[in-house]
Amino acid sequence: MNPQQAATSIGEPNTIAIVFFLVFVGFTLAITYWAARKTKTTSEFFTAGGGVSAVQNGFALAGDFMSAASFLGIAGLVALSGFDGLIYSVGWLVGWPVVTFLIAEPLRNLGKYTFADVVAYRLKQTPVRISAAVGTLAVVSFYLIAQMVGAGNLIHMMFGLSYEAAVVIVGVVMILYVLFGGMIATTWVQIVKAVLLLAGATVLALMVLVKFSFNPLALFQAAADQYGPEVLAPGKLVSSPLEAVSLGLALMFGTAGLPHILMRFYTVPNAKAARGSVFYATGLIGYFYLVTFILGFGASVLLGRDAIKLVDKGGNMAAPMLAEAVGGKPFLGFISAVAFATILAVVAGLTLSGAAALSHDLWTSVVRKGKAPEHEQLRVARLASLGLGILAIFLGIVFKGQNVAFMVGLAFAIAASANFPALLLSMAWKGFTTRGAVASMITGSVSAVLFIFLSPTVQVDLLGHTEALFPLKNPGLVTMPLAFLVGWVVSLLSPEPTAAGRFDEVRHRMHVGAEADAPAPAVTPVPVSVPTSSPQTT
Amino acid sequence: MSQKTKAEELEALAAARWRVAAVLTAGTLVSYFGFILLVAFDKPLMGKQLAPGLSLGILLGALVIAAAWVLTGIYVLWANNTYDKALHQFRR
Repeated sequence: MNPQQAATSIGEPNTIAIVFFLVFVGFTLAITYWAARKTKTTSEFFTAGGGVSAVQNGFALAGDFMSAASFLGIAGLVALSGFDGLIYSVGWLVGWPVVTFLIAEPLRNLGKYTFADVVAYRLKQTPVRISAAVGTLAVVSFYLIAQMVGAGNLIHMMFGLSYEAAVVIVGVVMILYVLFGGMIATTWVQIVKAVLLLAGATVLALMVLVKFSFNPLALFQAAADQYGPEVLAPGKLVSSPLEAVSLGLALMFGTAGLPHILMRFYTVPNAKAARGSVFYATGLIGYFYLVTFILGFGASVLLGRDAIKLVDKGGNMAAPMLAEAVGGKPFLGFISAVAFATILAVVAGLTLSGAAALSHDLWTSVVRKGKAPEHEQLRVARLASLGLGILAIFLGIVFKGQNVAFMVGLAFAIAASANFPALLLSMAWKGFTTRGAVASMITGSVSAVLFIFLSPTVQVDLLGHTEALFPLKNPGLVTMPLAFLVGWVVSLLSPEPTAAGRFDEVRHRMHVGAEADAPAPAVTPVPVSVPTSSPQTT
Repeated sequence: MSQKTKAEELEALAAARWRVAAVLTAGTLVSYFGFILLVAFDKPLMGKQLAPGLSLGILLGALVIAAAWVLTGIYVLWANNTYDKALHQFRR
């Protein structure tokens, strides 16, 4: 056996990791038990009754976004190629300001549970809800598959559990959180996980930096001495500018279209808390990526690239191996348990947003035309969560051994092309129509799926063909403008006076908020009635 | 206040918010795509070492992350002070 392989206990059943993980699961299930008693209404189930504070939601948003893949993947990429990992970190972060500026507040003021609430506000409910649900479920499914397959592999490698057992454990625990604790439990699981992940990564980084007198530059220099100055310069990751811009667009505007992120803005009491929560989330995620960058360099200097590649070719084990090297087996156990917990929390958030699309958009709004009683909505929401959880386990096992990395890109591409254009147009453009919205959402989803299928990622990397019909790995550069264009042209071709007439009402509620609507008739009924009546009389 | 000014007031408020949002979004786009295009077109420049261990690329990458947070902060400050005050005025 190779001496470097003997130096790590990754892949062996790790008692300490399992104990840490059981403590985490036990603690979060206690939270779920507590949350279950508070989850009696649909609003509590989907949005924790709107009672989450800005700081709490900031941590939960960060938790939703900091997946195990971004922690382990970026650390691994930095460990193996240096600077290029930073390009990813930057790309994954820059969507957040856009979410703050364009989406967070209007979404909070206009909607209730899903982003379809906003798009459908002044349009015809049935067609808009159905197309929005298709986009949401597509994003959720692709993201879930990527997470479940990643979970199975990671846990197999870290804990020595079998792949199937790992997928089933993740699925079952996640179902328990969502089914019984709803958004209250999911939010707290995210907060606990975000704190553990940030604390674990920080301690690990400090343990690395102590060897370099707490100077990250000394660490980078050590890497440059060992592997040459090119580790501090851009490498092969960005080979084509078009490719880079396309991926950047999908990451930037995809964040503003991810259903589980958008849903979080309904958990806070008002627009001010919504904008505050993204500010906290942006700071936490930015900090986390900078720490991850240090971990990657730390792993390449302290462990060596060859040792990292021996355990996992993609470098995904760089951070856990580093934990073992600087903190011994207990610390490896802690970091492994945190990575496992991270996957659990992310799939719980995804499942809840999928359940909201199925129950709120499809069942309550389309099938029952908004007339479903509260207890029925809640029952359908729980059934949908259970169904999605079982589906996630099933898909995780079906896709065993498949390379599903492209599915995360696909989820972002659909979110950026199907969800974001329709959402932005419905909030900002008076002339947007039902047909325009449906056409834009369908064009976005279908073109994103089609172009990914025709891309080199699937055609060359996966199917082994020599060339691909569509040259870009990420289709965002084409599909996003296409969805905007189709939404615009179709709306112009078939104007919808009722939708345009209600735009002033939308604008009022989008800026002033729903809470101001309640006392408004008593004091002054003017703001809503005057603007809406004027276009109809002329 | 007459009814018409109330509607105009909201329109002005909405326009101001979209304007600030558009300027800050443009700022984010410029900082990010500026970074990416420099990476794509001038790799040697980005690899230039400014100090031992610090290349221009690392500095700029960290600055883009910081800029994302600062731009968000600028928006939050503007919204909490100027915009929310105007909203409060409008509600009364």
